[in-house]
Amino acid sequence: MAQKTGTQPKPAPGAIDGDLARRLLNDMVLIRRFEEKAAEAYALGKIGGFLHLYIGEEAVAVGATSAMRPDDYAVAAYREHGHCLAKGSDPRRMMAELFGRIDGLSKGKGGSMHLFDKGVNFLGGHAIVGSHLPLATGVAFAVKYRGGDQLIACYFGDGAVPEGEFHESMNLAALWKLPVVFICENNRYAMGTSLERALAETEIWKFGRAYNMACEAVDGMDVLAVREVMARAVARARTEHAPTLIEARTYRFRGHSMRDPAGAVYRTKDEVEKEKLRDPIVLFRERALQAGWLVEDDVRKIEKDVNDLVDDAVAFAEASPEPPLSELLTDIFKES
Amino acid sequence: MAVMTYREALNLALREEMTRDDRVFVIGEEVGLYEGAYKVTQGLLKDFGPKRVVDTPIAESGFTGVGIGAAMVGLRPVVEMMTFNFALLALDQIVNSAAKMNYMSGGQFNVPIVIRGPGGPAHQLAAQHSQSMEVYFYHVPGLKVVRPSTPEDAKGLLKSAIRDDNPVIFIESETLYAVKGEVSEDPEFTIPLGKAAVRREGTDVTVVAYMGMMYRALEAAEELAKDGISIEIVDPRTLQPLDSGTILESVRKTHRAVVVEAGAGFAGMGSELSAVITEQAFDDLDAPVERVTGVPAPMPYARNLEKAKTPSKERIIEAVRRVCYANGNGKS
Repeated sequence: MAQKTGTQPKPAPGAIDGDLARRLLNDMVLIRRFEEKAAEAYALGKIGGFLHLYIGEEAVAVGATSAMRPDDYAVAAYREHGHCLAKGSDPRRMMAELFGRIDGLSKGKGGSMHLFDKGVNFLGGHAIVGSHLPLATGVAFAVKYRGGDQLIACYFGDGAVPEGEFHESMNLAALWKLPVVFICENNRYAMGTSLERALAETEIWKFGRAYNMACEAVDGMDVLAVREVMARAVARARTEHAPTLIEARTYRFRGHSMRDPAGAVYRTKDEVEKEKLRDPIVLFRERALQAGWLVEDDVRKIEKDVNDLVDDAVAFAEASPEPPLSELLTDIFKES
Repeated sequence: MAVMTYREALNLALREEMTRDDRVFVIGEEVGLYEGAYKVTQGLLKDFGPKRVVDTPIAESGFTGVGIGAAMVGLRPVVEMMTFNFALLALDQIVNSAAKMNYMSGGQFNVPIVIRGPGGPAHQLAAQHSQSMEVYFYHVPGLKVVRPSTPEDAKGLLKSAIRDDNPVIFIESETLYAVKGEVSEDPEFTIPLGKAAVRREGTDVTVVAYMGMMYRALEAAEELAKDGISIEIVDPRTLQPLDSGTILESVRKTHRAVVVEAGAGFAGMGSELSAVITEQAFDDLDAPVERVTGVPAPMPYARNLEKAKTPSKERIIEAVRRVCYANGNGKS
């Protein structure tokens, strides 16, 4: 049942229309601009702690989410701004969370690595590598328990693959036939450790075979290819309650976090510049213009709308007060 | 009321709560077909089916995480640890996921989960199967920790734990599963978390003890009574939240306190109890608080060494005499 496809996806004619193309481009540009603004705010000391940027990887979250329903779930690691935005969360409340303000998604108590938005079924930002894979498996367990047809997309980096929880989760999901799509965003570096220095098998999709799980690799810089692979996984989850492992081959253009701005110790400048030529936003924009799904005006409008939205998000975050000290001791327990 | 074992009381609590709420399910190693390593889940698979009594492979972190994920979206899992020592493999899930989820999501995702199983010294189970595991959990904000000493507490507290909207660590004991006692059969009978019990009333010394240590304190009380020393035994039952009110009330009456724990002592439950009493009832104390704890060594296998590692009735009696400044014959 294992298969490998997807380096050159050929969407069926008519499958892409202007609305879809606009949405895909809009969502990718939104993630890019949101994070560029977040990086600026970080440099100004308005955002603290760790800030891990998703820039370069936008096609994965946007392509996968575009194949899902709004009532499906998603969960991710600590590089999760993109997944949260793709799921439809409010950029204003997300930015306020990054700023540590009361109007943030978690009232400023989570921060960049712990974005949660129950309203869009986004189950977090988890910052212990591998720890959210069992959680995703549990959400899928609950869906099946209740007899529903939702699924959960579980995003993680190549750095989670050597963790024991990857193995435990893949095994349980396949053993129990649970509707979870494991999406490994293989950006080739776990912080500064390259794939070759971390994994005995660097073709990550192949791990699915060991669990009798459907598995595919896909060009993670191609939003339509991700969408297509995800659509197959979604169908498998909905109709058969079966899990899938997708390896999306992508690249982060920035460092591991803002504290590793260049990411230059463990990879060459040439490599980074070469990968930037495959910018998923540029690739899709050019393709959409060529195919006639979009015209230049559409692109300009998206850029303007997104810039306005992100500026508004920053203004909202700036204006939001810090959480009152009483918040320190609320939410430790839920009061029954 | 009916007389039943601690094991049967736990089983009854599970049955009642599974009947009451179809979101409650049991998951863990050997809980179904095998009916539980210690038979706490006996008959549940037959009565509730495999959907709600879920056998897992040996994957503690995995199936604990499954429980937490399921709880985040509204189910109410009861995760069995075959022994709580195995929970160390799931410690990251318990500490970093379950305990913090409600807080770091700003109250959006609470985790109504119970993680239960036996822990503490048992019968020659040696170093890796005999640890008093509560110490790993009550330090963590966001976890509730229960140690039920009697069959009635086992039932009433487990039911409250299952109904609680937060993660509850519920540590039983291999040595207590066969203990018999009176238990309410009322399906609405519960014991609230965070409420201590006075097991024996007395006037001279307060002894705080739980689980097997509570039974040793009861034996010590009989002997001490012969010498005219009357001890009051307070069983906290829930370690987090701790019912310090009941403990302090007792100390303010007796003016002396001995705290007992099976664990290794250093920075243990006894340390916390001693601090609470000393900080909040210092002016009421006629003697420094005494701690009786396990020896700070891994649990040895040999029967005589195991006995020497764990607090004995004799050591409790000695400590009580010390806080009474009594050397053998009644109060000084």
